[in-house]
Amino acid sequence: MSKLTEIFQNKKAFIPFLVADDPNAQTTIDNVVTLAENGADIVELGIPFSDPVADGPVIQAADLRAFDAGVNTDVVFEIVENVRQKTDVPIVFLTYLNIVFKYGYEKFCQRCQDLNISGLVIPDLPMEEQGELRPIADQYQIDLIPLISPASGDRIEEIAASASGFIYMVSSLGVTGVRNSFSEQLTKTIERIKQVTQVPVAIGFGIHSPEQAAKLSEISDGIIIGSAVVKMVDETADSTELQSKLANYAQEIKNAITITA
Amino acid sequence: MKEMQAKTDTRHYGQFGGQYIPETLMAELQRVADAYDKYRNDPDFVKELDDLLNNYANRPSLLYYAKQMTEDLGGAKIYLKREDLNHTGAHKINNVIGQALLAKRMGKTRLIAETGAGQHGVATATIAALFKMDCEIFMGKVDTERQKLNVYRMELLGAKVHPVTTGSMVLKDAVNAALQEWTSRIDDTFYVMGSAVGPYPFPKMVHDFQSVISKESKQQILEAEGKLPDMVVACVGGGSNAIGSFAEYINDPDVKLIGCEAAGKGVNTDQTAATIERGSVGIFHGMKSLFLQNNDGQIDKVYSISAGLDYPGVGPEHAQLAELKRAQYVGVTDEEAVQAFEYIAKTEGIVAAIESCHAVAYVEKIAPKMSKDQVIICTLSGRGDKDVASIAKYRGVDIDE
Repeated sequence: MSKLTEIFQNKKAFIPFLVADDPNAQTTIDNVVTLAENGADIVELGIPFSDPVADGPVIQAADLRAFDAGVNTDVVFEIVENVRQKTDVPIVFLTYLNIVFKYGYEKFCQRCQDLNISGLVIPDLPMEEQGELRPIADQYQIDLIPLISPASGDRIEEIAASASGFIYMVSSLGVTGVRNSFSEQLTKTIERIKQVTQVPVAIGFGIHSPEQAAKLSEISDGIIIGSAVVKMVDETADSTELQSKLANYAQEIKNAITITA
Repeated sequence: MKEMQAKTDTRHYGQFGGQYIPETLMAELQRVADAYDKYRNDPDFVKELDDLLNNYANRPSLLYYAKQMTEDLGGAKIYLKREDLNHTGAHKINNVIGQALLAKRMGKTRLIAETGAGQHGVATATIAALFKMDCEIFMGKVDTERQKLNVYRMELLGAKVHPVTTGSMVLKDAVNAALQEWTSRIDDTFYVMGSAVGPYPFPKMVHDFQSVISKESKQQILEAEGKLPDMVVACVGGGSNAIGSFAEYINDPDVKLIGCEAAGKGVNTDQTAATIERGSVGIFHGMKSLFLQNNDGQIDKVYSISAGLDYPGVGPEHAQLAELKRAQYVGVTDEEAVQAFEYIAKTEGIVAAIESCHAVAYVEKIAPKMSKDQVIICTLSGRGDKDVASIAKYRGVDIDE
């Protein structure tokens, strides 16, 4: 069982997301540590990309702030190095394939292993295109976290069957003409996943309130919260205030999903 | 080389191509690919496509012998493939008719598209009007400003134009926005990709639908000259008119294929869009191809006077043709293209699109170096009415738009 999969044993996991170097390195380091100390089970760290087609406006804006701070791939690794002096919280990167490709798949995975990065979420790397990266990631024990969307249809079983670490279940899709409510469709999709794999399923996209988190944790193994956390970072300039806000928020979410567990 | 050929399957061009796109779109891309496989050789589909091309889009387009240019330049015989004479004024309509027919077969009622110069947006809006489909066009805000006329044309045709304000607000950002829109609304929506880029099956569909250009030109040149051309020249942004102009000659090794990229202020400046000459292998917009990017893999802002060529990547088939050295890609600067815009107007009485004038500029350079029994076909991908105001501005002439 991979390190990431183990985290989900006997509990619902809370996975907050931050953009690395937003708005600067020290803030990111503090934020990761605060989240880890207040209930985050895994921290997802975004390496900014110039053209983040899978991200909404809140995360796009955070990417721009990070670019203003001079972020690049090595800067993100340095941030993690600093984080590692304070916490061994499991970390996964979210980034786009070109960032990993240009760094060099081997070198990137090696660096991840050195820094105890457990997995990669790469939105523009579907199952069909994993042939180059997957053997290298396996060699360095880095899980490639697959995404499954309600629109995946017939692909659900095949993706789930080859998943490791955990599965990132995309919660929402603005599809017109769909009659089922999101939760109904999500429930069905997760049932299909569970029939072919023991790998845990975490739901992400569009979750912000403890109530939503509680509700969605009933049908899944974990909750990923991105924009809501990133927005807090954007809206809170004062460092002490930001840390206390993040701490409270993490505790609230963790409590909400723990009670229902 | 062996590895490259080994990897060539329907989804790849050597090491290039593929489907690097969010999972949310993968099932739909497969449906598009399946539908395309089903209909591309379907007699009813082919008949309807041909009928629209011939009776609506004004095909076949002329292969015009440019006598004045030929005599003035004093070298190779120059023929112009007149895609500018198509309905809507550019080659874009060839591909839009094909993809929109496919969308109709798939039961879609709404077309979305990106556009740079506006030609693809206009073509999509036109066919949407003809097919009574909803149409939304994504266009970089900068491009909406330098191509106001085309924005109004699209609106006139009933399309909604979304100015894209993210990133550098040009073509690349319009593609991002259109992809995002598609992700959020798949059921009734077909993304009409305008260039030979993106994930499979788009580069293949665009290749096939645009290859009508070279199918015609091959027949036309054999009738006119009794032999194949020595050289085919076309401009390259993403590469749709170029791949259509090259397609039928790729397996004729004696025909030189030349793609003219927008070098902007110069290939070796940072204000350029010369992707093949200056770019490196990367993965973006659903494909592995060549991109202008920095060492971290962040996509560069690119520049060209032409809103249709300032794209930081190029279609995967062009990347492969460049790697195999089957086609040669050359940079043409703003100044050279503007000079060609003026030259072809005065010499042949043709106001050609500034995009196409990148190809014309190369012909001006190469034709005098070739012998009089040699033949060049240069594709005029579009007409230049849309560019008159910005060329006037470039020359410092103040005209009322």
